[in-house]
Amino acid sequence: MSYKIVVLAKQVPDTQNITVEAMKEDGTVNRSALPAILNPEDLNALEMALDVKEKYGGHVTVLTMGPPPAAEVARQCLMRGADDAALICDRRAAVADTLATAYTLSCAISTIGKFDLLFAGRQAIDGDTAQVGPQLAGKLDIPQITYVEEIRKIDGRTIEARRNIEGGYEVVQAQLPVLLTVVDTANEPRPAAAKLMMQYKKARTPSEVSRAAGEEDAPKEIERLKKRGLLIKEWSIDDIGADEKQCGHVGSPTKVMKIESVVLTAGEFKNIEPTHEGLSGLIRELVDDHVLG
Amino acid sequence: MTEHNQNGLGVLVFAEQDEGKLADVSLELLSKARELADRLGKKVGAVLPGHNVGDLAGTLIAHGADVVFVADDPALAHYTTVPYAQVVSRTVKDSDPEVVLFGASLVGRDLAPRVASRLRTGLTADCTDLQIGDFSDKSGSYTNLLHQIRPAFGGNIIATIVTPNHRPQMATVREGVMQLRPGDPSRTGEVKKIDAGLDGAEELVRIIERFKAEKKVNLKGASIIISGGAGVGSKDGFELIRELAHVLGGKVGASRAAVDSGYIAKEHQVGQTGTTVRPKVYIACGISGQVQHRVGMHESSKIIAINSDPGAPIFSIAHYGIVGDLFEVIPALIEAYKQK
Repeated sequence: MSYKIVVLAKQVPDTQNITVEAMKEDGTVNRSALPAILNPEDLNALEMALDVKEKYGGHVTVLTMGPPPAAEVARQCLMRGADDAALICDRRAAVADTLATAYTLSCAISTIGKFDLLFAGRQAIDGDTAQVGPQLAGKLDIPQITYVEEIRKIDGRTIEARRNIEGGYEVVQAQLPVLLTVVDTANEPRPAAAKLMMQYKKARTPSEVSRAAGEEDAPKEIERLKKRGLLIKEWSIDDIGADEKQCGHVGSPTKVMKIESVVLTAGEFKNIEPTHEGLSGLIRELVDDHVLG
Repeated sequence: MTEHNQNGLGVLVFAEQDEGKLADVSLELLSKARELADRLGKKVGAVLPGHNVGDLAGTLIAHGADVVFVADDPALAHYTTVPYAQVVSRTVKDSDPEVVLFGASLVGRDLAPRVASRLRTGLTADCTDLQIGDFSDKSGSYTNLLHQIRPAFGGNIIATIVTPNHRPQMATVREGVMQLRPGDPSRTGEVKKIDAGLDGAEELVRIIERFKAEKKVNLKGASIIISGGAGVGSKDGFELIRELAHVLGGKVGASRAAVDSGYIAKEHQVGQTGTTVRPKVYIACGISGQVQHRVGMHESSKIIAINSDPGAPIFSIAHYGIVGDLFEVIPALIEAYKQK
């Protein structure tokens, strides 16, 4: 049995490690100054997919969507063992909410063809919504298993997986095809392999080739990369047969009305000396205010 | 607001239960739903899928529901995605609410996107506030929209999201951010039994094993919380935090840094990826105060920060700051409390 596996991966700003350079004077974050990384839990998803491939046999395709630099996500996955990769890159798909994103991804998955397992990270650290996975499963009309910690076994068309629930876990059995979202405690993602790194650092999307080689020499170079398995597929929404009206900003039911930077302040502040008098005074004040008994 | 649903509900709340116990967040949402629906001059509904759960309808009414839709079926005994999504989607279609709310629990965050996808409408995740208000852009002006307010970018920004042209407007709401008010047993409402209408989809995913521990730590309802951070330095260091909590009659919390370092279990974590708390007193010991932590506790009535670094961001939201070594300050504080 060989399984056809698709892994969703996203390039995100690194919101978990906010550097001093990215802080503005007013204490808010300059979001454009954050480095772009591969979403951490997508690496857990990729690891689980590669593990399935190694145990049961299969082919792993990575699918990502974003502006041209998001091709880096595809390269990083190839360097870890993915077999091929595709980038949906189209201005008309940009500024999408989760519903429009799920729709666009569903069209790309239909383009990839028949699949058995679809993996995604539980959520992306830029929005933390965890919505695209389930919405995509909905669009594809397949079952979903979210918060997956472990695949117990796959037997023919049946998968058994352990998933987190509130205060515990459950083991569920589902029929393929199925979508799984993977949590960060599931595994330790492998680093890029040296040999694959050497090989795939040269992988490019057609538009990256065009920019580097110029329009004239591009077709020849693209053909050369394709022969060597180093071409990252690049799709417009026309290539995947998506309806423009359901993609990107236009296709998004939700709109961002306003964004405020978080500046949390307490109002009045009292410095307490770490002495017996200071601390006794504090306790007295809290007891008088009825916050301590 | 569009006039399409004159007779529809104002707000429909997904009533989450497991083994016959309602999730607190569902009751928190009913209070909020009541407030929103009153603004719209409309009714509040609750949809309750499960097995042998009819008894819970009264509790939902006491907390603000005018009508409870009960779908009772053995196949709904434990939550699975597709059958629950079918029940909730159908209830939405039949009751035509302006707004549908889910708790942002593991179940709610699995279910709501599936329902939104089915209904082709917008969904905002993990809201920390909801209001009724106006909105205008190039496409037009709208009144009485649901303002869906949520932190994003790891808690560094607060975004207000609207769903102007699609119905219902859907959101998941963080546990613990809306207040859990006591129910009013004298409230009356209608209980409607609805057909689960399962079509075999319940066979797609089967639960074959289940383990659930009673939650040992309940930070949400605590009125005094003593939290430790990276500055506590070790598992043993948390003994001092526990001692202070014991003396003051409080619960023990922690920052993500302390949890990630293995000093204390994840269920103690306060903040963006942990529990949101609003106690009367929050004592932050050795916590630097990353924004991800602050968003989970800044609504505490009194915040006391103990940190050896006078430049730690936690002091910017504290009401009382004590600059010093927590291993000296805490014993002195315990001593001072005992002598009060």
